[in-house]
Amino acid sequence: MRIGLDIGSTTIKCAVLEDDGTLRFSTYQRHYSHIVEHCASILKTIRDDYTGEEPVFFALSGSAGMGIAEACDIPFVQEVYADRVAASRRNPEADCIIELGGEDAKILFLTNGMEVRMNGSCAGGTGAFIDQMATLLKVDPAAMDEAALCAERTYTIASRCGVFAKSDIQPLINQGAKTGDIAASIYQAVVNQTIAGLAQGRAITGNVLYLGGPLTFSKCLRNSFDRTLNVKGICPEDSLLYVALGAAYYADQKRNLSDVIARIDEYHSQVSFTSLPPLFSDREEYWKFHMRHAKAKVPRVPFDEAHRRVHIGIDSGSTTIKLVVIDEDANILFTDYRSNEGNPVPMVKETLEKIYKEYPFVQVISASATGYGEELIRNAFHCDFGLVETVAHFEAAKHFLPEVDFIIDIGGQDMKCFRIEDGAVSDLFLNEACSSGCGSFLQTFAEAMGMDVEEFAMQGLFAAHPVDLGSRCTVFMNSSVKQAQKDGATLDCISAGLSISVVKNALYKVIRTSSAESLGKHVVVQGGTFYNEAVLRAFEKEMGIEVIRPDIAGLMGAYGAALYGLNHAERMAKSSLLTKEELSSFTQKVQGVICQGCGNHCQLTINRFQDGSRYISGNRCEKPVTGKDADESLNLYAYKRRKLLEYVNHPGEGTSGTIGIPLCLNMYELLPFWHTCFTELGFRVIVSPFSSRSLYQSGQGSIPSDTACFPAKLSHGHIAWLAEQNPDAIFYPCMSYNFDEHLGDNHYNCPVVAYYPEVLNDNCHELEGIRFILDYINPSRKRDFESRFSTILKREFPFLKKRQIKAAIEKAYQEYDAHMADIRQKAEEIIEAARAQKKRIIVLAGRPYHIDPEINHGIDKLILRQNAAVISEDSISDRITKFPTSVLNQWTYHSRLYAAAKYCCKEADMDLVQLVSFGCGLDAITTDETKEILREGNKLYTQLKIDEITNLGAVNIRIRSLFAALREREDLL
Amino acid sequence: MSIETAKFTADMIQTHTILIPNMAPVQFAVLKAALRSEGVHVEMMDNTGSEVAQLGLRYVHNDTCYPALLIIGQYIDALNSGKYDLEHTALLITQTGGGCRASNYIMLLRKALANSGYGNIPVVSFNTSGLEKDSAFPLSYTLLEKMAAALFYGDEVFALRNQVKPYEVTPGETDRLCERWYTTFDAWFHDHNFYNPMKLKKHFRAIAESFAAIPVHKTEKVKVGVVGEIYVKYSPLGNNDLIAFLESQDCEVNLPGVMGFVEYCIANYSLDVSFYGGKKLIRVGADSLLRLLSRIGEAQSSVLRSYGFYAPGPFRELMKKPDGIIHLGAKMGEGWLLTAEMVELIEDGYANIVCAQPFGCLPNHIAGKGVINKIRERYPNANITPVDYDPSASRVNQENRIKLMLAVGREHLNSTNS
Repeated sequence: MRIGLDIGSTTIKCAVLEDDGTLRFSTYQRHYSHIVEHCASILKTIRDDYTGEEPVFFALSGSAGMGIAEACDIPFVQEVYADRVAASRRNPEADCIIELGGEDAKILFLTNGMEVRMNGSCAGGTGAFIDQMATLLKVDPAAMDEAALCAERTYTIASRCGVFAKSDIQPLINQGAKTGDIAASIYQAVVNQTIAGLAQGRAITGNVLYLGGPLTFSKCLRNSFDRTLNVKGICPEDSLLYVALGAAYYADQKRNLSDVIARIDEYHSQVSFTSLPPLFSDREEYWKFHMRHAKAKVPRVPFDEAHRRVHIGIDSGSTTIKLVVIDEDANILFTDYRSNEGNPVPMVKETLEKIYKEYPFVQVISASATGYGEELIRNAFHCDFGLVETVAHFEAAKHFLPEVDFIIDIGGQDMKCFRIEDGAVSDLFLNEACSSGCGSFLQTFAEAMGMDVEEFAMQGLFAAHPVDLGSRCTVFMNSSVKQAQKDGATLDCISAGLSISVVKNALYKVIRTSSAESLGKHVVVQGGTFYNEAVLRAFEKEMGIEVIRPDIAGLMGAYGAALYGLNHAERMAKSSLLTKEELSSFTQKVQGVICQGCGNHCQLTINRFQDGSRYISGNRCEKPVTGKDADESLNLYAYKRRKLLEYVNHPGEGTSGTIGIPLCLNMYELLPFWHTCFTELGFRVIVSPFSSRSLYQSGQGSIPSDTACFPAKLSHGHIAWLAEQNPDAIFYPCMSYNFDEHLGDNHYNCPVVAYYPEVLNDNCHELEGIRFILDYINPSRKRDFESRFSTILKREFPFLKKRQIKAAIEKAYQEYDAHMADIRQKAEEIIEAARAQKKRIIVLAGRPYHIDPEINHGIDKLILRQNAAVISEDSISDRITKFPTSVLNQWTYHSRLYAAAKYCCKEADMDLVQLVSFGCGLDAITTDETKEILREGNKLYTQLKIDEITNLGAVNIRIRSLFAALREREDLL
Repeated sequence: MSIETAKFTADMIQTHTILIPNMAPVQFAVLKAALRSEGVHVEMMDNTGSEVAQLGLRYVHNDTCYPALLIIGQYIDALNSGKYDLEHTALLITQTGGGCRASNYIMLLRKALANSGYGNIPVVSFNTSGLEKDSAFPLSYTLLEKMAAALFYGDEVFALRNQVKPYEVTPGETDRLCERWYTTFDAWFHDHNFYNPMKLKKHFRAIAESFAAIPVHKTEKVKVGVVGEIYVKYSPLGNNDLIAFLESQDCEVNLPGVMGFVEYCIANYSLDVSFYGGKKLIRVGADSLLRLLSRIGEAQSSVLRSYGFYAPGPFRELMKKPDGIIHLGAKMGEGWLLTAEMVELIEDGYANIVCAQPFGCLPNHIAGKGVINKIRERYPNANITPVDYDPSASRVNQENRIKLMLAVGREHLNSTNS
């Protein structure tokens, strides 16, 4: 008899085989992280029912099984390898296996050179991810699959990692998109993620096997794979057990099960993992802590006729909806806090109806909305005010503690922290998509353990050895937890460890503080997550200070919104909020469409209400609302795009042949140079278009490193596009050095910009049979460049004349200089025009490639909507001369950034917003420096982190908060 | 804005203890002996533990590369430990002056020191690019010579250790021999005993002979090469004790030497001139230095081979390896060297490769992960697994990936045997 045991991240699987290979017994169960117990109990069953004391062939596999195997002397088989062993026995015809597990994704290529791929440390788990999404959608995984089967459309959801996808889905839920459509989009995202992350350029063809839980249980997921790969894969019998089967087949050593069980029991008693000091040393300490926080209370008065004139605040958050009713003295009359169940509108309707019904005397003076769903709620229910959530939270905290100088809010999905100086928000930190998770992460984890979040958190309060889980994104935490489980950590220690991680994430990842003093003396902590006393305690301990946590920690946004109404409404006003009668006939219809107004192709969600009014969300500009083209005269980004299109639209004659140039990375700036050079030489220059989703996907298959930045990954699509045009050659040179603008100590390009052509050359199959010129050149040494580049051109195109080349290069330099001068001239015009119209000027600072609409996601237009002008960093960097920086200033693009920041400090109406592409290693350095420069100049720093998909909701909060803070600063002057 | 921390002045050489990171423990131990013999009091940091990464996270931007985070965390942890006289301690950090983030470590370290209250601790830059002129490590000719010798010795001891230890009959014997050699090196450096190529060759021979004398039991083991970003490639702190893990899995490990990286840096000076123009003198200087080092390296290799050990080919051959995969112009980070080392390892029988890099390492997107497909195309037996390291990447995931690579490697081994 042969036994294979597979211990995965969430489940445990076992297969018992007869010597002839027939399956006698199998089991598949969730282990809820009680790995050791489950393991022992399964083995006991097998011993009692099948093997007895007879030694049997036995092997263990699975990512969470390694520790047990080592400690208990059980032969271990790597799980992917086990898969292969099983497949070669049962499905010898298979060419390729796709297996999705709890947290792992694997692809095995079996024929034509065996290769195995597993997801990297960045790509989130798939099974656990689908579970998490199902929780978010309030359905069980089976219902999610069913819903997805009748989807009408799919939304684009980031395929990069689970956390990103989650922040894409949340706004969709908030905007009222259909569950089935979202579910189908989630499956498609998993498919894209698997293919982009694992296939890495190798085609998946032939007989495909689908293995593992998610692919076994979800028909829609299998269909999505079939459709995307254009194959007909099969999900074989026992598809959940392949790893266990492989381990059983592979087992080459015999073990007596009773011995193994004894060793496992013994292993269970040893504990070894990195732990932190306990949260409380004893009950008494806890009690003191508990009593201190119990004091922070808001006065509550009965909701009766004496308090009938009220202000209502509604905070439509990412997962919850909060509503607070206050009287004219800011006392709380009524609160409501509930999950938004994916669509906040019916929830708000229900609560308002309840208020009208139970308190018929109520006179609403004002109603204000805030939070992610602010606009939707405001439009649906005709609220008087809408305010950005940062302002709402500040209002509330200020009321609580007038001298507050730091607020930290950890909600379900997001984390907001802001510093208050001189009565205005001076610094704002929002969690980037990569470190989100926060509260809802704790919740999902609690549910995975089969308990609710309060119970789960309570477990951790008195844990003796909280697990040290680090402070990175939640995907990493999942695997850290896995490691801790492997090392025998108990539930209470994991619970405490998770709470501490949430705090560390906030402090070191979002706020990036190094000491308590830098936060301030008067810190208010809020958001639902701080009800969790373990988190609250961890925060105080980590920072070494005592903080205020209001008893309405989870309602602060709504309370702040109500206060805002109280402060801004006329005393005797009547709110425009829907009345009882209007509410009774209230209806909401939701429809999703793709806007065809421009290249951004925004996914619009249209909400129609009973009075014929409609609310459109998902738009970047006003065009779908007003039907008119947006006025872009004050947008330098748009101007730059138009300038580039002029080159694209004038390809030249083509007497010498055709040259393809990919419009990617540094080409957004160097196109004038190369275009001129080649057209002067008589070539027809074919330039790839601005990026788009489909362009990206066409090149997605050849991306070798899934953690490279999005602008780099896009270049694969540009190459694919160019290859189809069949040019005589594609030209994309490697450039260690950029032009020297004398703003820094050197003038490098970043490694990715410098050498990406090498990656394209090595990985893009489209380039086969096409001449690809990627020579190393350095334009900053003009004379050397001339002779070296002539040699390169003569090598490639011997018919060109030396003199002709020299003249073309000269022209190219002139054109480049003229182009840059023109951009700078245009910036001056925009600045003057903005000043004449009394508009603010935003320096949207990034790199040349950030003008691409697919890369910047239309953020330039979002800023324009705030009644501001947009210019770029390179358009003003020449107004500054080199100055000392605290970092090594050696990259041309970064030197411009620092100079632009410096220049902003001199201009009262100019502020800088930095665009940072996810995965840009150099920006880890530039962001801190830019921030320091701006802070010295008493300017606000705003950073927008962007990726393949960007949650424009979060971007909007940042931008609106910036403008709100700027207005506040102005008012104070 | 610019942060002012204490500068390192030349006279501090006499008065200060200089702390250095433990990047490559074997090579740096020999290096330490070389520096001490010249009156420079260096200490190699050996502090580990979760506090190190925690301090790094606290004082360095979390998206900065892992090595920076660890080195800075280690320094601050060392200063906190009370082991050092803070009035007389300086911190050393290397700068290559290349286009990768690593050249910025020194600035990040200064920032971290200022923020953690150690602004008075001087930071000394070890570089040969003329950076940080007012706070650079003073390099004398003798010192450079000794350091070069130290790297040769260190590389040799390390290479031999890796080839002998997995097969030793008496467990621990190889490591004991290494320890004996460190003492001998101390004495050698003190006696100023050498530096002509003949002497060096004699020493190489003595080292090789001693390792060859260790009784071994030769069996077929999976041969694994390790390449990658220089810090996580060598540092046990950075790579979760990768070598020990691989050896525990019954492998023979090969890490190409540190001298290769030095030669690569020198070669780049010359290559830059040939690609882009510039001072011919730089090119001539770099080329002749490279020739000198290569000659010594080749002498060393032939000694190793004569004792039946594996040794890499000459550096100029190594420079030809990336041909058709990546150009020699890719010089940021480990650049073309990384590709070259992978190709050499595969050609020389180390087809199973761990490509170790910090999470999000920019140059490795190009010269590491970017070239793997091409290498596989050319060498179908290549079995390469890239592994990312960062503060929270869990060891279990990393080891799991490596085990997978080893399972495939073992299969290859069995199929060639049968």
